[in-house]
Amino acid sequence: MSAPAPSLYSENAKQIAAGLGLKMGRPNLEAFADTLLELARADRNIIAVTSDSRGSGKLTPFGQSLPKQIVEMGIAEQNLVGVAAGLASAGKHVFAVSPACFLTARSLEQIKNDIAYSDNPVTLVGISAGVSYGALGTTHHSLHDFAALRAINNLIVIAPADNFETQAAVKFAAATNKPIYLRFGKAPIYELPVAPFEAGRARVLRAGNDAALIASGETAIHALLAAEWLAINHNMQCRVLSLHTIKPLDTEVILACAKDCRAVTTVEEHMIYGGLGEACAGVIAQSDARCKFKIVGIPDEYTVTGSQADIFRHYGISMEGLAQTALTLIA
Amino acid sequence: MAFTDQQLSKKSWQYRRQTLEIIKHAGAGHTGGSLSCLDILNVLYNRVMNVTPENFADASRDRYVQSKGHSVEALFVVLADKGFFPFSELETLCQYQSHFVGHPTRKVGGVEQNTGALGHGLPISVGMAIAGKMDDANYRVYTLLGDGELAEGSNWEAALAASHYQLDNLTAIIDCNTLQITGHTRDVMNNEPLDEKFAAFGWAVRRVDGHDFAALTEALSSPLETGKPSAIIAETIKGKGVSFMENVGKWHHGVPSDEEYQKALAEIAAHLAECEATV
Repeated sequence: MSAPAPSLYSENAKQIAAGLGLKMGRPNLEAFADTLLELARADRNIIAVTSDSRGSGKLTPFGQSLPKQIVEMGIAEQNLVGVAAGLASAGKHVFAVSPACFLTARSLEQIKNDIAYSDNPVTLVGISAGVSYGALGTTHHSLHDFAALRAINNLIVIAPADNFETQAAVKFAAATNKPIYLRFGKAPIYELPVAPFEAGRARVLRAGNDAALIASGETAIHALLAAEWLAINHNMQCRVLSLHTIKPLDTEVILACAKDCRAVTTVEEHMIYGGLGEACAGVIAQSDARCKFKIVGIPDEYTVTGSQADIFRHYGISMEGLAQTALTLIA
Repeated sequence: MAFTDQQLSKKSWQYRRQTLEIIKHAGAGHTGGSLSCLDILNVLYNRVMNVTPENFADASRDRYVQSKGHSVEALFVVLADKGFFPFSELETLCQYQSHFVGHPTRKVGGVEQNTGALGHGLPISVGMAIAGKMDDANYRVYTLLGDGELAEGSNWEAALAASHYQLDNLTAIIDCNTLQITGHTRDVMNNEPLDEKFAAFGWAVRRVDGHDFAALTEALSSPLETGKPSAIIAETIKGKGVSFMENVGKWHHGVPSDEEYQKALAEIAAHLAECEATV
C-alpha cells in the first residue's frame, strides 16, 4: 500500500477553502480523459496518439471503448508528434498525449516544424506537467515548456486551472483547427468560482484593487486562497486571475492589473524565466503602467527534491507563500 | 498521358537544366542532391502518383513528403512542370518575401508538408499512412530520404511503427547517393547494409538503380509485399548529369561559377539534343 501523496494545502488553507465554499474536484487529468472520450464518441475523426502513456494519461477506458481511435507509438516521442502531424494532415483531429517533460523537450523540433510551422491541427497534451512527478526528479519535470513553446509561432498554449477549465479547453481544442498545447497535472484540484472560459481571455476569479495575483494553471487555487487570507487578516482586496492561456496573452487584463493595483504578483508551476511572469512583465514594461511586480515560480537552481507539495511549499507556491509575497511587495 | 522512358529522360534533362538555372539565379541551393533525386521525382510525379493541381485538395490523392527537404530545387522544378505554379515564379527563389525558400513549405502549391530538418518526413508519412488505413483509403504515401539522413534516430522510431502497423501503403525511397556534407556516408556514419537494416525492421526492401526509369516505376507502383512497408534503396549519383559535379562532395550545396554554369548547361544541352533525336 502506498502512502497518500502529501497535500498541496496546509490545514489552514483547507479551512480557508472551506470558508469560500470550494469543493475538491478530480485531477484535471481525469477531467481531460473523460471529456476527450465523450467528444471522440461523437466524432470518429478524433484520434488519441500515445507513447506508452495511455495508462498515465487515464486513457485506458478510451482505448477500450474506441480501439480504432487510439494509436500507440511506443516510447518514441519524436515519432509520436511526427505521426500526429501526418494524421492531422490527412484529416484527423489528433490529441497527442504524453508526459509534458518528454513531449515538449524530446519532441520540440517536431512541435516546431511538423505541428506549428506546418499548421497541422494537433492538440499536444502535456500530462503530469510542471512538478507533478515531484519526487521522480528533474528528468520528469517540465519547467521549461511555457518558455520553449511561447517562442514558437502558431501555437496556442493553455494551462487550465481546474476541472471546468480543463473540460472547456479540451472542447475548445476539439473545435479548433489550430495547433494547441495543453498542460495540466495529476493531483486532485479544487473547483474554482464559476466564471466563463474563453481561450485567450483570463478568468477573473476575484475582484480587488489593492494587489493583483495573476496565476497560470494549477497554481490559481493557491492565489485565490492567498487573496482570501489577505482579506481576512489584512483587510486587503486582491484581484485574482486565472490566466490559463499563456499564448496568445490577454494583454488587456494584465495592463488593467498594473494600472489598477499597486502590486502584481504572478505565479506559475514553471521556471521564473520565459513563462507567465516574464510574459506579463513584458506587457507591462512596454506600456505606461508602472507597479510593483514579482514573479513566483521555480528559480534557476537545481530544483529542490521532494513531492510536488514539498516543491510548491519550498518555492512559495502556496497560500502562505503567496500572501507573504504580496504583503512584502506592497510594504 | 503515359510517358515513355525516352520522354521521361528528356524531362529529366530539362529538369536538370532548370534546377541549375534557379540555383544559379538564386546564388544558393543544394545542387548535388537535387540532381541525384530528379529521376525519382520524375517517375513519381509523371508516372506513379495521382497528384495534380486539380486533385491536390482531394482526400484520395497520393501523398509525397520530401524528407530530404534541402533538395527542394528538384521538387520545385517538377511541381512547376506539373502546373502547380509557373516556372517563372522560381526566379524569386530565396528572395525577400518569396514563398520559395530553401526547403519545402506548404505556402507553395503542391507541397504536402513543411520539411527541412532531417528525420521528420518518415514519421509524418507514417501518420498519413495510418490515416489511410483508418479510412480504408486507396492512396499511397511516398517519402524521400537521404542516405546521410538515416543517422537521425527518429527515422528508426518511425520504421518500427511502419512495420508494426503493416503500412503497405507506405513507400520510403532512400536517395542513396552515398555522399553528405562531410564526405562519404560510409566514413561519416556508416549505415550499410541498409537493406538488412530495413528488413530487420520488418520492411520489404529493394535496391534499384535510381536513374533507371523502368526499374523505379516497377519498384514504386505498388507495395513490394502485402502487409509490409516498402523501402526502395535507390542507388544514385550525387550531381548526376553534369560530369564535373558527379560524385564530388563540394557540390552538396555548391553554386557553379559563370564558367562552370555554361559548361554544365552545354553538357545538358547536348543530352537534350540527343533526346530530341530519339524521342
